[in-house]
Amino acid sequence: MPNAPGLYAAVARGAFRRYSTYRAATLAGTFTNTVFGIILASSFLALWQARPNLGGYDQSQAVTYIWVSQALLVTVAVWGGGFQDDVQDRFRSGDIAIDLYRPVDFQGWWLATDLGRAAFQLLVRGTVPLLVGALVFRTRMPEQPVTWAVFLLSVLLAVVVSFGLRFLVSITGFWLHDSEGVRSVMLVVSMFFSGMLLPIALFPGPLGELAHVLPWAALVQAPTDVFLERRTGTGLLGPLGFQLVWAVVLLLAGRAAQLLATRKVVVQGG
Amino acid sequence: MAEPLTGTLAEPLVEHLAEPLTEPLGARTRWAVRSWWLCAGMWMRSTMAYRASFALTLGASLVTHSLDFVVLVLMFRHTDQLGGWTLPELAFLYATATFALGIANLLVGSVDGLGARIVNGTLDTMLIRPAPALSQLCAERFSLRRLGRPIQALAVLVWSLATLDVTWTWDRVLLVPALLVCGCVIFGAIYVGGATVQFWWGEAKEIQNSVTYGGATLLHYPPTIFAKELVAGVVFGVPLAFVNWLPALHILGRPDPLGLPTAFQYASPLAAALCVAVAGLAWRAGLRAYRGTGS
Repeated sequence: MPNAPGLYAAVARGAFRRYSTYRAATLAGTFTNTVFGIILASSFLALWQARPNLGGYDQSQAVTYIWVSQALLVTVAVWGGGFQDDVQDRFRSGDIAIDLYRPVDFQGWWLATDLGRAAFQLLVRGTVPLLVGALVFRTRMPEQPVTWAVFLLSVLLAVVVSFGLRFLVSITGFWLHDSEGVRSVMLVVSMFFSGMLLPIALFPGPLGELAHVLPWAALVQAPTDVFLERRTGTGLLGPLGFQLVWAVVLLLAGRAAQLLATRKVVVQGG
Repeated sequence: MAEPLTGTLAEPLVEHLAEPLTEPLGARTRWAVRSWWLCAGMWMRSTMAYRASFALTLGASLVTHSLDFVVLVLMFRHTDQLGGWTLPELAFLYATATFALGIANLLVGSVDGLGARIVNGTLDTMLIRPAPALSQLCAERFSLRRLGRPIQALAVLVWSLATLDVTWTWDRVLLVPALLVCGCVIFGAIYVGGATVQFWWGEAKEIQNSVTYGGATLLHYPPTIFAKELVAGVVFGVPLAFVNWLPALHILGRPDPLGLPTAFQYASPLAAALCVAVAGLAWRAGLRAYRGTGS
């Protein structure tokens, strides 16, 4: 496929445009993110008033943590969703079989749509809550301009890791016919271990150590730490490298699962 | 299964069609509740056909919903008070808010599917059936697996009541069941009232989430940690404060950050009645404004 990059770029653009047409839903979702941001930021403020510098975050960092995580919630699909809903519908209707003999790569196609979706979500559902948070609370924006660029890179990696996880969940549909149950379990794990509810630094002992190495930490904790400039200079290679390793591992695992699944479909169909 | 259903529905159906709105409010309410009961029973039989799946999803929902409380407990590993309130006190707020939301969600939560029904035209089918559309919508996909949220809330409530350092006078004891019932009613009215907005704005469902789920999250924490404007907003605007904050101030013997008259702490039943009246009127206005596409 000589023009493959162009093809995937077109798919991503299409997904971006598709999500940009759900205007009212985006507006309503942004509003919800903002409401939750205000509630959770207030609770964090109270906790850090009782315990200044808890987990190595000062008060404004703790509040900013909430706003950045709200900005990332839908962008990196901590809850699941995005391309998963489409794939699930195609499992139900049987169209999934058609997807597999298209002259495009199954994994690549859905990754492209998910990147397009994430770009749109970051643009709207990412920036608006962050702006409101900065207006209403005393937040800490990056001091060095380069941090913004590194943050965007970290969000990109977070989306790829999230895609890798969700792709594995969706592909269980080839065996289970319905990945709804696995999805609901993943939602729990993901919300907790991504640091969405509480920074991982506040987890007790072994639970915290475990959470630091699991892939979910790449979704929220890693980009948020980059944004808060908890790591600078070469120290940034830590979180970024962590994200990159998980992204590669999960994409390869997804690829292997896909190979197994395709073989299974061929057996059934032949 | 069709026969017993038509049998039980047939008689009240004819009565209802003959005199739809001339009947007294009491009789209409009874009929609406009975319709809800019949629809919910039907849905329950259908979900109970898959018992293993039911048990698994109920278990999963128990764990999922406990997570919010786990976060509170983890927070209290680092401090012994939040906004001046202790963990058992926060557990009381958490349990009452979650229980109220959970029961309201179980009984009428499905009503938020209204927008989707308007879009695909299936609301018209409900309107021509001989049962109130609101009852049918609320009972839609009724499933006991939604009990996960209220069950874990009850467990937390029991722990909290056992640990709380409170002198249990009779008014405090009575306020606990009263606030649980009123909380369910208030959240139920918010579900119905919020869904009504979808008659005019189909995608309002998520806005409603910020009031229901966002509201419950707000009520997990003590009012002292929020801006006064926000607290005033949920007393005089969307009356969420009557679900647990105001009565809890009395039960736990805490000062009111807004300095409102003590009467507010007993006013939950009044607030609940007001919510139901507003939601009911909004629903009727919405139903009247609705025009099917006819195709």
